[in-house]
Amino acid sequence: MYSYNEFDAAFVAERNRQFRAQVERRIDGSLTEDEFKPLRLMNGLYLQLHAYMLRVAIPYGTLNSRQMRQLALLAEKWDKGYGHFTTRQNIQYNWPELRDVPDMLDALAEVEMHAIQTSGNTIRNVTADHFAGAAADEVTDPRPVAELLRQWSTDHPEFQFLPRKFKIAVTGSENDRAVIRAHDIGIQVVERDGQIGYRILVGGGLGRTPMIGKVLNDFVAQEDLLPYVEAVVSVWNLLGRRDNKYKARIKITVHEHGIDDIRARVDAAYARIRPSFGGLDLDLFEDIKSAFAAPAFSQKPTALFDTAYQTDPIFRAWADTNLAEHRAPGYAIVQISLKAHGETPGDATAEQMRVMADLAERFGHDELRISHEQNVILPHVHKSDLPEIHATLKKHGLATANIGLISDIIACPGMDYCALATARSIPVAQQIATRFDELKLEHEIGDLKIKISGCINACGHHHVGHIGILGLDRAGVENYQITLGGDGSENASLGERTGPGFAYDEIIPAIERLIAAYLQHRDNPEETFLAAYRRLGMAPFKAALYDEAQAYAAE
Amino acid sequence: MARAFTPKIITANALLEGDVVYLTADDRWSRQISEAELLTDEAHAQLRLLGAEAQTGTVVGVYLADAKPGDTGPEPTHFREEFRRTGPSNYFHGKQAEQA
Repeated sequence: MYSYNEFDAAFVAERNRQFRAQVERRIDGSLTEDEFKPLRLMNGLYLQLHAYMLRVAIPYGTLNSRQMRQLALLAEKWDKGYGHFTTRQNIQYNWPELRDVPDMLDALAEVEMHAIQTSGNTIRNVTADHFAGAAADEVTDPRPVAELLRQWSTDHPEFQFLPRKFKIAVTGSENDRAVIRAHDIGIQVVERDGQIGYRILVGGGLGRTPMIGKVLNDFVAQEDLLPYVEAVVSVWNLLGRRDNKYKARIKITVHEHGIDDIRARVDAAYARIRPSFGGLDLDLFEDIKSAFAAPAFSQKPTALFDTAYQTDPIFRAWADTNLAEHRAPGYAIVQISLKAHGETPGDATAEQMRVMADLAERFGHDELRISHEQNVILPHVHKSDLPEIHATLKKHGLATANIGLISDIIACPGMDYCALATARSIPVAQQIATRFDELKLEHEIGDLKIKISGCINACGHHHVGHIGILGLDRAGVENYQITLGGDGSENASLGERTGPGFAYDEIIPAIERLIAAYLQHRDNPEETFLAAYRRLGMAPFKAALYDEAQAYAAE
Repeated sequence: MARAFTPKIITANALLEGDVVYLTADDRWSRQISEAELLTDEAHAQLRLLGAEAQTGTVVGVYLADAKPGDTGPEPTHFREEFRRTGPSNYFHGKQAEQA
């Protein structure tokens, strides 16, 4: 893993010192709220419905055990004993008090973490495939380039007052687990003629105007990457719509000007910028790369795993759903579900964080990842250690075997916390998970991604959910719109609205009717919900949602 | 025609804790919505709002929220204000816990 150099450490310490003084001046009245607000947002501090919220960046979703333990400490010491992992590989604390935030930031700095640029119109936390460095299908680990981009974008003087926020995601695999097509810039590491380079997508995004990113350049060589990305952001910085916040994101700029026009402008900007990059970034990149060298994988028999798999059905069910293929023989990627049925998606208690940190230290080469799907990953685990890991997880409510299933729901905080929300999302997720657990249908249904947002800004990625749920305020009551057929993978597509929305107490029965229609119409048990929808279209699902509802109402 | 004025309360978040607070008739900031001053006259409400907004050393994000008279004092009319006076629905945290 990357460790802060002197510059990183000094920068974070200085920013923390400044923010402490800013908080003091806000409290003693020297700063008004109008003056203070942009300063607190630059440091990740929001004011939500019930309290302040501190959003801490977990760059490219990677943590070591020491950092995870420190997150647990923050949860216990300055919050209510838990933290919420988000869809952009951040962690949010929902209950800090203003006076305590500078201490929280200092505690984070002790473990090389911060909350800088987790808010505001800047380049946000650079996210990456949560299987990076471990996935069997990977060209190369995308995290070194994510770290390079983190360093380049942090406090970049040209990009502190962008037209709007700007999000970058990186993947090293063709199988896109980082939702790069729904980012302002999506970067895919590719190999061409034995050379590593980058495919650059631009103009993806969800929110009120969802767009799938378009390919801006099929292959940018390593030495050209930073100037190229800088050219893209600088073109948008000048061209982006500052007159209308709803039209300010780069997806609108690309849409209004066309990808060819944007490409021509980027090429011109690139030609201008390129000479100013003298190769220092390449030396830096080589240093960064060595920090991400793969751990020394051991060669051990997997007999313990094989026995447990054959004899323990609970372990087998967990192994079947929660493990992913590792590139090293005898190893597996462990996905720890933060979606226990009925619990809040993405929440972990301080105790659970420590348990996961201990497991990472003992069995996982001291690495943890946070996925955009709000789960925790142990990326490098030898299979012989899995039975013990599973037993420990089970004791702490962390062994739910539901990765990729109907209860593995992404949900934004919604109106339970968020000041922007128009409806709740967490209780909808909790009820769907509980209901299908009661019905014992989860494994029968198979692969299904439900994603729930509590407002049009789409933090819950509802547009790319196989089933998307969007909570709105319709004439003073919560109302939930359903979209079908969304997909956040390399075959990205946006969900299509089914029709009128459903009231809070109607949404769970509506989802049940949808699932019943899928089970009835699927070709065979291997045909997933998404595949069935793509084959059948909207009609049978629409009928299940609306015709039957009317039939019930008429009874 | 201008829309008829509906009763309002003045609410905000406390600067230090972030807690939801309500302006009372005797110029305090209370944690209880029942203690809020119910404003039924638009001109008076605007005047009270200006006074509240000036208290930047105590509160943040002052606004007028719809409310209705209830048995023990003002009550919210919109679900957002209902959540603000209660706390989140996934944990027994916030006001519901403090007032239990």
